[in-house]
Amino acid sequence: MSKGRRRRRRAWLATAAAGALLTSCAGAGGPGSGGANSINVLMVNNPQMLALQELTADHFTAETGIEVHFTVLPENEVRDKIGQDFANQSGQYDVATISNYETPIYARNNWLQPHDPYLAEDPDYAEDDILEPIRTSLTGDDGQVYAQPFYGESSFLMYRTDVFAEHGLTMPERPTWSEVADLAAAVDEAEPEMRGICLRGLPGWGEVIAPLTTVVNTHGGTWFDADWQPRLNAPEFVEATEFYVQLVREHGQSGAAQSGYAECLNNMVQGNTAMWYDATAGAGSLEADDSPVRGDIGYVAAPVEETDSSGWLYTWAWGIQKASEKPDKAWEFVSWASSAEYEELVGETLGWENVPAGKRSSTYDNPAYQEAAAAFYEVTRDAINEADPIDPGVQERPAPGVQFVGIPEFSDLGTLVSQEISAAIAGQQTVQEALDASQDMAESATERYRER
Amino acid sequence: MTTTTESPAGSSRPRPARSGQAPRRPGRARAWATRAPLLPALVFLILVTQLPFAATLVISLFEWNALYPEDRAFTGLDNYESVLGESSLRGAVFTTALLTATVVIVSLLLGLALALLLDRRFRGRGLVRTMAITPFLVVPVAAALMWKHLLFNPEYGLLNGLLGKFGDLFGFTAPQPDWISDMPLLAVEISLIWQWTPFMMLILLAGLQSRPAELAEAARIDGAGDWQIFRHLTLPHLRRYLELGALLGSIYVVQNFEAVYTLTGGALDTANLPFVIYREFYRAQDYGVASAAGVLVVIGSLAIAVLALRVVSSLFREEGSRG
Amino acid sequence: MTQLTASTRQLTERPRRPRSIGGSVLGLAAWLGGLVLFLPVAWMVLTSFHSEADAASNPPALTAPLTLEGYRSFLDSGPWPPLINSLTASLASTALVLLLALPAAYALAIRPVKGWRDALFFFLSTKMLPIVAGLLPIYLFARNVGLLDNVWLLVLLYTSMNLPIAVWMLQSFLAEVPVSVIEAAQLDGARLPVVLGRVIAPIVLPGVAATALICFIFSWNELLLARVLTGVVAETAPVFLTRFITSQGLFLAQLSAAAVAISLPVLAAGFAAQDKLVQGLSLGAVK
Repeated sequence: MSKGRRRRRRAWLATAAAGALLTSCAGAGGPGSGGANSINVLMVNNPQMLALQELTADHFTAETGIEVHFTVLPENEVRDKIGQDFANQSGQYDVATISNYETPIYARNNWLQPHDPYLAEDPDYAEDDILEPIRTSLTGDDGQVYAQPFYGESSFLMYRTDVFAEHGLTMPERPTWSEVADLAAAVDEAEPEMRGICLRGLPGWGEVIAPLTTVVNTHGGTWFDADWQPRLNAPEFVEATEFYVQLVREHGQSGAAQSGYAECLNNMVQGNTAMWYDATAGAGSLEADDSPVRGDIGYVAAPVEETDSSGWLYTWAWGIQKASEKPDKAWEFVSWASSAEYEELVGETLGWENVPAGKRSSTYDNPAYQEAAAAFYEVTRDAINEADPIDPGVQERPAPGVQFVGIPEFSDLGTLVSQEISAAIAGQQTVQEALDASQDMAESATERYRER
Repeated sequence: MTTTTESPAGSSRPRPARSGQAPRRPGRARAWATRAPLLPALVFLILVTQLPFAATLVISLFEWNALYPEDRAFTGLDNYESVLGESSLRGAVFTTALLTATVVIVSLLLGLALALLLDRRFRGRGLVRTMAITPFLVVPVAAALMWKHLLFNPEYGLLNGLLGKFGDLFGFTAPQPDWISDMPLLAVEISLIWQWTPFMMLILLAGLQSRPAELAEAARIDGAGDWQIFRHLTLPHLRRYLELGALLGSIYVVQNFEAVYTLTGGALDTANLPFVIYREFYRAQDYGVASAAGVLVVIGSLAIAVLALRVVSSLFREEGSRG
Repeated sequence: MTQLTASTRQLTERPRRPRSIGGSVLGLAAWLGGLVLFLPVAWMVLTSFHSEADAASNPPALTAPLTLEGYRSFLDSGPWPPLINSLTASLASTALVLLLALPAAYALAIRPVKGWRDALFFFLSTKMLPIVAGLLPIYLFARNVGLLDNVWLLVLLYTSMNLPIAVWMLQSFLAEVPVSVIEAAQLDGARLPVVLGRVIAPIVLPGVAATALICFIFSWNELLLARVLTGVVAETAPVFLTRFITSQGLFLAQLSAAAVAISLPVLAAGFAAQDKLVQGLSLGAVK
């Protein structure tokens, strides 16, 4: 249908549907509203994004004249909203924060603007500076890049150096999970006011599933084998999950089944826990100016068992909706927010530890950043570089992803499985029961892949 | 003259005559003139509420997953098969029934107790009534967030804080439950009961205040005790108010979304039907299956609605007999 | 009537020694019940005046110093557009509900048409259909006609959401108008508009106010439709509220302040018109 005809039909329908009451107001709202020189951005309300929101008007809009309307939502809600808007190509938002999980899937469905044409014309953006694993994870099946990273992260183990020293405990540079479990028990015994370790237990595929899946990977387990047979109640998966659940139940934080990244961060900052296995992005908050544990934290690679490394790979990145009517303006915003120049701006105005790092190698060569992030920048960079979404475990995988499985069904499946795991952490069922139920759900969710 | 209207609920009581009424003068034009004022509302409701359901019915016959835009095809009843085969929907039916029944019954009982207490004269009655209706006036999503973050939170929530203080007072270590993970469905129920008790109280208080005082007085003179008066006079009088409260309460609690979404996110066996359908639409993005689930829920709701309306019809009959 | 009841009740209570111990115990129980229901809200209001650090302290700090910081950050977060959207959606839909429901209720109560009970039952039955089941078609329709993220779409939907209950309430209020009064006026030669304005309106106006209040409350509170169908410009206050939950850092005081502020219009209206609320909720059974 031609654009003009569709518009005419739209106008007619709108009038018919809304009646006289609406005629004065219809068209005031609607997609792409807010003036020709403005764009709508939908993003998750993480601190890095909130800082961006603060800096945009004075720097980006002042320079380009493009006004940016932000909609900022908590992670679960932002995912629902992005899925809905992009799947229907409603075009309410020109730009949204998507991750390396969504990007290839959305690209396959033709929901995203490819960035290659822009990159070719924008040498200042320095695309070759983007860390290789991150760039690859944001590339579609056709080899084009579909999103620009805002920050990237892997996972590692954080621990209290002062507490460890006080009790004569030493953290190996590359610990195994059994060593970590022993250390957790030792701290638990030595420090009555402190728990051994904090691990996520909150339902959500972006919450408990992420660290758990890395533990499963390195214990030799996998969600699916190469022929899409679910392996959730296979012995390796069960053993790894039992290890995780037992560790958090015996030496973990109180209220484990309801604590995610935010709660664990809080526990670590308040000195309630001696270790924390989580995102590398957590280090920035632990080393912030007002953090009481600043300088007392050591950082080592993600613990392993059967693999050489086990850290995950995750990035929040900017995707431009295909249905956007202002892709050029959207690109201007994206290329500014993901640029080295923006990192510089954050470093100078808000402090270098707040820089949205983990995406550009130049960040790690910057002396100012090196100084602010002395304790963790090398471990972080190595963790990101070592993460391998194609081959994260001991066996061949049918789809990419370290802490997730790169298929559309995973967000729902992962959430359902996370609820079973969380119930096991809460003590409402055994790990075996949780995984047997999960196996059934995984079987029905991936039927379509086995049929092919 | 008397017009005997057919009532779907089986009431055969004739509506008392309104003498000099329109139906006496037959004629099509006249009949349409009396019907005309009804039409805008009727047409509007059919357009806005029935049409989407018709569309849902059509979509439910298609394989349509937003994540596989290429694969859209007619599949007949396949979606229904997968919905009925999924344990999550069956669980949600049970959860919804349990949640609704518990919330409606408990808040009716609490509301009744409170209404009886407030029906008496005592110092500060107006203030107590104002305090008691507050929960009903707090925006539901605000209330759900309040319960989750300010009251149930195991670390800094008020409930565990009070428990701890109470323990200190009497020299023991009070338990510090993690409310939402230890008793997820109960936590949702508590927050909803808190919100609906004032509603029930208001309706029942209205019923109590419309009770003819002379009857109770006469019974008392005849030597009836408080309990007998309550059992044989007050309760029968309150019956239609209890039914009304149960009906309106069920309508709203069955469809509750905020409490489940906010408090537990549907985890730990607390997902009710509205939440499951929402999840299918927006997380799984399987429009076909979600629509099939929606259709089944509509059928179920209609079955319950017919039952419920039969109950209201007693209320309705009484009303019809007035005037 | 109310006065009569009150005085007879006084009479009946006199021989039972109103200041008896049993009486004070029951009075105390009523106070206790009211306080228990009120406590969570009181706590939320108190928290909204605390600093973020005090709000998240363990055990909860009752006597922490008070501050307006929470409200300041609420006001800084740009609450006016969502509040105005909520107000528009609630007021306009309430007006539209009355516009549609009054004639319908009139047709059902004053001049009952054939099959009027069926019509009434049809109205109520639409209220029992779970709205979530029609959400996808509504979303797709809104996208295709360009009504997505438009507050007037919410007006239409909230109207359909409240219309059934409103028709019921108004019908029962109108049924109370004595037919003889209308007839007397008609015998005097008064025309329909005059009958409506001079005779019926004064009797049913309180009922209309009660209905309007309840429609307003339900529209103001609605979350699901608003969450799915609005985005940048038409966001309503309940949707806006969920922004205050952050994945990191403390947000309790801010969240409480925002929750209190957003509930304020409904709280004010409800407190001021408690009797109307009772009347409306009991479908006009109480005068």
